[in-house]
Formats: sequence, C-alpha cells, structure tokens
Amino acid sequence: MKIHEYQAKQILKAAGVPVPRSAVAATPEEAAEAFRQLGSPVAVVKAQIHAGGRGKGTIQGTSFRGVQLVQSAEQAADAARSLLGKPLVTIQTGPAGRVVRHVLVEEGCDIARELYVGIVLDRAASKPVLMASSQGGMDIEAVAAKTPHLIFKEHFCATGGLAAFQARKMAWRLELPAASLRSAESFLRGVCRVFLDADCSLLEVNPLVLTGAGELVALDAKINFDDNALFRHKDYAALRDLSEEEPAEVRAAGAGLSYVKLDGNIGCLVNGAGLAMSTMDLIKLHGGEPANFLDVGGGANVDQVTEAFRILLSDKNVQAVLVNIFGGIMRCTTIASALVTAYKTVGFSVPLVVRLEGTEVKEGRKIIADSGVNIIAADGLTDAAKKVVAAAAA
Amino acid sequence: MSILVNKNTRVLCQGITGRVGQFHTRGCLDYGTKMVGGVTPGKGGEKVEGLPVFDTVAEAVQETRADATMIFVPAAFTADAILEAVDAGIKVIVAVTEGVPALDMARIYGRVRASQSVLIGPNCPGVITPEECKIGIMPGYIHKRGKVGVISRSGTLTYEAVWQLTNLGLGQSTCIGIGGDPIVGTSFVDLLARFEADPGTEAVLMMGEIGGTAEEEAAAFVKANMTKPVAAFIAGRTAPPGKRMGHAGAIISGGKGTAAEKIAALESAGIVVAESPADMGTAVKRAMERGRPRRLATKRRVANASAKSSRHSGNSRGRVRGSTKRSSRRALAGKSRKRAGR
Repeated sequence: MKIHEYQAKQILKAAGVPVPRSAVAATPEEAAEAFRQLGSPVAVVKAQIHAGGRGKGTIQGTSFRGVQLVQSAEQAADAARSLLGKPLVTIQTGPAGRVVRHVLVEEGCDIARELYVGIVLDRAASKPVLMASSQGGMDIEAVAAKTPHLIFKEHFCATGGLAAFQARKMAWRLELPAASLRSAESFLRGVCRVFLDADCSLLEVNPLVLTGAGELVALDAKINFDDNALFRHKDYAALRDLSEEEPAEVRAAGAGLSYVKLDGNIGCLVNGAGLAMSTMDLIKLHGGEPANFLDVGGGANVDQVTEAFRILLSDKNVQAVLVNIFGGIMRCTTIASALVTAYKTVGFSVPLVVRLEGTEVKEGRKIIADSGVNIIAADGLTDAAKKVVAAAAA
Repeated sequence: MSILVNKNTRVLCQGITGRVGQFHTRGCLDYGTKMVGGVTPGKGGEKVEGLPVFDTVAEAVQETRADATMIFVPAAFTADAILEAVDAGIKVIVAVTEGVPALDMARIYGRVRASQSVLIGPNCPGVITPEECKIGIMPGYIHKRGKVGVISRSGTLTYEAVWQLTNLGLGQSTCIGIGGDPIVGTSFVDLLARFEADPGTEAVLMMGEIGGTAEEEAAAFVKANMTKPVAAFIAGRTAPPGKRMGHAGAIISGGKGTAAEKIAALESAGIVVAESPADMGTAVKRAMERGRPRRLATKRRVANASAKSSRHSGNSRGRVRGSTKRSSRRALAGKSRKRAGR
C-alpha cells in the first residue's frame, strides 16, 4: 500500500526523524493560511499524488509544475489553485495523470548537499538493506544503472535495526562533515527503525538534505507498506487513498481477489498466481491480448468467484473470458457451481471458455454439462487458449 | 529415492483443529502420509481425524517422534509456529500459510537457516514424494513415482506441470513448492543441490516467475554444478512492471526481475526453457534427450562423491545461498579437488 508524501512525513516526524515544517491544504485558502502559519519567507507548494517525478511533471494542458516555489500567501494560494482538482502528469503517471486533491505547503530549506536514502527488503540476502548515495535528488535507478559504485549498501538486522556503527560507516562513505555525525547517526537509525516498526516494503528519502547548519532533513519521503502486515497497523491502513487506485482493483481486493487490469480484450480467471500469469502468457503466445490478471486464490467461495466474473465483465474491452482452473485447495465443483451461478446471475454477454483440471474434476465438469449454460469446454491449455483467442476475434 | 521426505517421514499438522488444517490432514492421511498428530495451543488431548492433538510441538515430538510438520496457522502466528517447530527439532517444516508479513520472515530467517531444520515456504503448496509422502495441499492423484525433481514458486502451476509430466509417463522423485513470498526458507539453489545429489533424480524441472533474482542464482548454480538435465518455465512474460501479480514476491521493481532477464540467464546456463506453460512436460523430455553440456559430464562422478560425503557429515544440507554462496562453492570445489586427487 502506498501513501502520500505528507503522510509519510507525519510518520517520520512522529518517530523523531527531522522533516521540514509543513501543513497540508485542500483549498487555496488553506494553502495561504498554511504559508502565513509557517512564517517562512520562502515555501514550496507540492502536489500530493501517489507517483514520483512531480517536480518535473506538469498539470495536463498547462505549464504548471507539480512543485512550485512561493514567496507570499497569495502566491501559495495561486500555486494551490493551479494544482488542486487537476490531473498532474509525470513520467510515472501515464498520459492521463493523477488528480491532485491535496497540496503540501512546506517551509523553504537551506540546502548544502542533496543525498539519497532508501530502505527495502533485499530478497537475495533475506534482510532489510539501507541504501544511500551522494547523488540525491536524482532518479536513483539511473544512478544505480550508470554509476552503481556511488550507491552504498548496508544490510541490517530486522530485529535490532541499524547499529550505530553502521550509521557512522554510512556517514563516512557519504563524506558527511564530522560535525554532522550525530545527526546522521540519529537520522539513519531513525528511518531504519520506522521501516521495521511500520512494516514498510519501501522507505525512500530523496532528496535527503544536509542543511547549512549541518543537520540532515528529509525533504521528500515515500513509504510503501507491506500489505500482509497492515492487520497490525490499523492507523496506517486508514491512510489508504482509494482515489489513487484502480477502482476494479479496489473492488477485487474487497472480495479477497487479486486483480490487475491490463489493456487486452481476453479476460481471464485463474486460481493461483503462477498459473494466472502463465495463462496471460499463454493467451499472448496464441495471438491474443490478456485483459487482466485475476487470481481467485486457493479458498475462493461461490460469492468470490461470482464477484470475480462481475469484475471481469465490467471491463468493456473484454470480448471473451477464459477460466483456467487447476483444483488443489479449490475443488473443481466449487468453481463449477460458481460458474453456473455467475452465468445465471450476471449473464454472460461474451463467450466463456472453461478449462478445468484437478480435485473433483469429473464432478465439476458434470455440474457444468448438466446446467445447460452455454460454456465452451476446453481440453488442455493450448486448446483453451486457441478457443478463447478465436472466440474474442469472432 | 527422493529428497526431504519419504514413506518413513512422520508428520504433524500445526493448526490441525482449524477447518483448513483438518481438511488437508485428512487429504494427507488419504494419500498415505504417516500423519502422527497435530498441534493447537489449548486443545491438547482432543482428537482430529483420529490423531492426537497436543498443546506444543515439543510435546507432540516427544510423544509421536514426528520429524516433519505442516503449518496451517493464521499468517500473524506463522513465524512463531515455524520457530516452535525449529525449537522442537523438526527436520522438515512446510509452511503453507499465505500472507505472512515479509519482515516476520526476515526476523526468523537467520535462525531457521542456522538450525538443522529445512523450511519450505511460506505461501507454498508443500512437498510430495509420490506414492510415499504428501505434506501440503496438492492433489495427490496427479503425481506418479519417478525420476524428475520438480521445484516451483507457484502452487497450481506446479500441479499443471506435474500433470503434464505424469501424462508423458515421466514420474517425479520429489516435488516442492518453495513459495511465492519475497523471503522463503528454501531456494531453488538449495533444492537443485539436493536433486543433483539424489541418485533417484535424473532431471529437474523448475518453475519460476517475475520478481527477485532466485532464478538467476539458480541459473548460475546449474551452470557451475549440475550434471543432470534441467528444464524451466518462467511465468509472467506479459506482466506489467510495478504491479504485484498475486504472489507477494511476484513484482518487477525498478525494472528488475523481468521474465526476459530470467529466461536469458536460464538459457545461457544450458537449461531448456519452455515457451508455453503447455510445454513444461515436453521441455523436461527435451532436456533429458539433450543432456547437460559435455564439459560437466566429467564432473558427475566427483559431484556425486562429494554430495555423498556431505550427506554423511550430517550438517551440510546441500545449501548454497546468499552471501555464503561463494564460500560454499569454494568448499564444494575444494572437496572435488581433493577427491579427484585421490
């Protein structure tokens, strides 16, 4: 789960990690008031969307940037007005952009150096890793690709966090001044602690600023949470902004389904993530384009499968649907009953190809055959793919 | 022959009194697995499917001499259940539960790897040695005893592959679903090493997917160490970047972990990669017909010998991984040199 910059900064601040003073605004008036409250001669108005590249991004059809420098309450209001309610297009949003619903008004910062800090789970090492670079403010993936020696890594203990010496080692590699050592130690250990305590899957501060006074401050902040751990962080789960997510994906998640919308015209419903991905690949291999990824999971019930069909059929691009089930946990009888129920409840406007295999497959096939619904039965994967591609093209 | 489990394996179910735990305990019993009991804290003394329920794994081990367990407890308690099994000295721990927080696994990973236990999963279908022992949720009847080792990050995709193998007349020595999470107890490399050392395995089929670098590590291992033919399939050629495809671990992040990279790595290691998921079985057939590159053939005798010696030493579990990968490989090479010298 992703959250906004202002929310991430509130979490960092609560954990004692220095962030600039700021206030969130949803209207130009609130932005002007926020500027006055900050009492700073210079402030930055930043569009809040779940995508990077905001500084270089522009509001659709205008030259207004997603991050604007202001020097008065009036300018703050104007900047907010140029952003709020409008789609911001960045390299990460796609051409449609994302509608800005909040802006962050933040005090100006005396920047001596810009650095980068990121924390992720290193899957190969099975440990969290702190990454830092002196190349702050830039696209870190480009830095990683072109100059990997400029990114320093420090794995740390998932229980104990980053040790003080590890923070000092990192500060030394980043060539921070000796006077900033304590600030660096506190900052780096602080962000690592937040990563662990909040069950993050990503915590990124880019840029991390070394101020003229020698303090480290998080000028930007990005936090992604591990969805599997949200059950123990009700407060963070509440920060979810559903307007930033694909509505069909939100609806699917509510029904306990895993759904990702794609651009093709063949809907697919599969049990198991690996088989669902393979089914997409199979459709493509036989000349079709998958409309989605949809894993109904291992324990899906009739209601879930019915909802899955409704979601698939709500995609207007879908011209045929392929159901590919290999029953292990989920019995073929369950999916067969669900298929028949869904067919009768929602009504299939497009051809439906079904390929069943696994536990109780004979009984499952019989349920479908006896139901009288118009389903194209497939024998094997290749046959299923050929039939659904042909049906979509017809 | 097989790896990890066989007809003598004595299996517990942690979470046996839950609906799912009970259902799959029944399934394993029906398959012929030597299920010996279950564990649910607070329900000791009860019976489920005719098996005794214990309050702790330690007590269950003491009473039943169990040496394997399958875990069906809720995700929030899975890491603790794994540690309890490790603490009780269980040799093979199969964590089926999906949705375990990634950092829970990061916190226990080191302890599990330093122990004598092998953890399979979490978020996995389990392990099966056909016609001997099934620990997990896979439909048993699709399997057939034989000589192909199967390793996969997926569940149903594994069933698909096994079904293809069985229909081609290619039985399986042992099939393992290693799990779809970012951190799992056992990697492709760990199991490739075991299959290489298992005289009952003649070829290996591995199924990977987008996300992480486990397949690339497997490719490097195969290139350097495997004398047995290996076939593979990678799911997710059409998966978009930045989107989690069902499995917590199936995500292309920062442009890394794509199917194309993995396929290239596997093919460069001489692994036969199936283009279609319908051809996973035939890919194994092709790999067996082709065999491994000749330069490795001379290694076979040596590799088998050193694998045998490491089995006898008791503490080596054929593991080559992460930061210790290089040193393990050095150790293997050193052993080989010594043997070759004799």
